[in-house]
Amino acid sequence: MTRAAAGGGAGSRNGAIVSIERLSKIYRLGGGEVRALDAVSLAIPEGEFVAIMGASGSGKSTLLNILGCLDRPTEGAYYLGGEDVSKLGDNALSMRRCRFLGFVFQSYNLIPQLTVLENIEIPLFYQGLLPRACRERSRVLAERVGLADRLDHRPTELSGGQQQRVAVARALANDPLVILADEPTGNLDSRTGEEIMDLILGLHRQGKTIILVTHDAKVATHAQRIIRLADGIIIADERREEGPDVVA
Amino acid sequence: MWLHRVLRTVRLGSKSLMLHKLRSSLTVLGIVFGVSSVIAMLSIGEGARWEQEQEIKRLGSDNIILRSVKPPEDRSMNVANEQVIEYGLKYDDLAQIRQTVPTVRGGVPARITRQEARFGETAIDARIVGTSPEFLKAVNASLDAGRFLAPLDDEEPVCVIGATIKGKLFPVEDPLGRDIQIGMDFFRIIGVMSVGGGATGAGSGVAAEDRNRDVYLPLGTMINTQGDVLIRRSSGSMEAERVELHQVIVNVSDVAQVEPSANSIRHILSRNHAKQDYEVVVPLELLRQAERTQRIFQIVLGSIAAISLLVGGIGIMNIMLASVTERTREIGIRRALGARRQDIVVQFLVETIVLSTSGGLFGLFLGISIPLLVQHMAGMRTIVTLTSLLLSFCISVSVGLIFGIYPARRAAALDPIEALRHE
Ligand SMILES: Nc1ncnc2c1ncn2[C@@H]1O[C@H](COP(=O)(O)OP(=O)(O)OP(=O)(O)O)[C@@H](O)[C@H]1O
Ligand SMILES: [Mg+2]
Repeated sequence: MTRAAAGGGAGSRNGAIVSIERLSKIYRLGGGEVRALDAVSLAIPEGEFVAIMGASGSGKSTLLNILGCLDRPTEGAYYLGGEDVSKLGDNALSMRRCRFLGFVFQSYNLIPQLTVLENIEIPLFYQGLLPRACRERSRVLAERVGLADRLDHRPTELSGGQQQRVAVARALANDPLVILADEPTGNLDSRTGEEIMDLILGLHRQGKTIILVTHDAKVATHAQRIIRLADGIIIADERREEGPDVVA
Repeated sequence: MWLHRVLRTVRLGSKSLMLHKLRSSLTVLGIVFGVSSVIAMLSIGEGARWEQEQEIKRLGSDNIILRSVKPPEDRSMNVANEQVIEYGLKYDDLAQIRQTVPTVRGGVPARITRQEARFGETAIDARIVGTSPEFLKAVNASLDAGRFLAPLDDEEPVCVIGATIKGKLFPVEDPLGRDIQIGMDFFRIIGVMSVGGGATGAGSGVAAEDRNRDVYLPLGTMINTQGDVLIRRSSGSMEAERVELHQVIVNVSDVAQVEPSANSIRHILSRNHAKQDYEVVVPLELLRQAERTQRIFQIVLGSIAAISLLVGGIGIMNIMLASVTERTREIGIRRALGARRQDIVVQFLVETIVLSTSGGLFGLFLGISIPLLVQHMAGMRTIVTLTSLLLSFCISVSVGLIFGIYPARRAAALDPIEALRHE
């Protein structure tokens, strides 16, 4: 249903679900300006698992925020599911986030006063699902990320890994076109990080498009494709043919 | 669908508020006190108004009451001189009013003294009223037993007694046909007035008349037995005064004619009397005056209420602004997950409304209980009207709405990325 609304595979540019053309983000501060992104072009086909790497300040988060419809580019075009969303208004962007995008953040970003189930329900609520259906779906999702026995716990009663699982479940709630993850393992120890990566890889295997920002080269090895940024420019774009996890 | 959404937002809002129970309840206190004080004050005002109105109505809105008043300059002299002073309304006044004011339908004269009424061993201080049979109708009173004075009773030794007198002198037996003693004379009881026109609350504008302690005699009987000169003993000294009529109740044919008739009567009396030894009481005028006072009272009350609710509203706004700052991150998360600006506005607005509405509800309870307490402790009559409840409750809800808009809009205006980065 959501996929059809996005314009479908046929409408996407060159078969890419996410496509940016000469995209720039310029921050004007005081006298000078910061080119956080400088005429970046990129196409990501459906089902691809992309890792974005680069030094601190290279523009990774800026790119991800634009891809996530949280921010608008200063110049250039962004096609999400074949539709140019680079000049949409606030409400239209909210709608795109609500329908087509799932976020996983470094700091989990769960709402503290809500339970696990209620946190997972948030995107469903904004989609306008009936409470019964919300409850049903969030229960299924919680079970899928292995939190069946923690449904009514609050985030503060969960470990970091468990919290991030909730966040992954929440990102899946609206069955998004693309999952965007900004250093999802950044706050976790390596073992727990691996667990989260396994979860994300599982989603990838089921056909989800995943864009993941990371500092960790080991984490990046899970991806099919690694894009390296430096000073707002793509300096490398490698496809890893023999990655440990290739789509079946 | 729409309802589900609202209900869920309300539930969510309550949950967020319950996270800071103390803070939320302190915030709500302003509204609680605002609402409850409005209801309580209105109910006390309404009670006072009701009592006053009853009292004025008892005097009869189509009546004009003329009373004899001892002129002030004679008061100091009479003790020294021990002469009989003469003042007040005359039979001639009544006759002239009847002749010259066409709208006057009738005049009920009355002579009044205070004496002891006695039956056997028991005695009670009573107000002895000599009057005509029309008195009963003029004051809208009715009888419990027997009949009132009739034209044929004039100069006969009969009387009608009030409810308190009956209760004191005849606690068990039937008073009808018995004789009570007033001064040196005996009077046969032919009727008992029903309860009503009882003791009125303090502070009312009209002189209270307790009809339950009255004994009514035919006017002719009264003049025959008591004479024209009334001797009054008070604190050792003696006062003698000659008054023809203590009171006349003038009945006007039409309520619309009360005020013009009153003016004509005032004119006649001022011509006949050199001294101001009478007063003219117009219940209708008193009623109007009471209504004016009531209106002023309501304006004052309204301002107090507005101020207290304003203060309450500012308190709520303050807390909501703090809450928006505290929950910047939550706002960012919700925006990232697809909430539109208006969803955030609604969320915070609902929260303030939940806050102010619960304050309003507590205020209602308190506002209903305070008047009950006042009535119980101070013996004042209070009337809680449905209008005052609805009004103050609606105001408290709208306070939430009005003072919630600014914080909610501020929350919605936050940039999602900035909000997510907060902390
Ligand atoms: N709101 C802003 N105002 C001004 N400059 C900004 C803003 N946001 C980002 N920048 C600048 O844009 C550049 C890219 O920032 P970005 O957050 O995308 O880096 P990053 O690659 O995510 O770094 P990190 O790995 O540390 O998270 C930086 O130089 C930063 O200073
Ligand atoms: Mg970053």
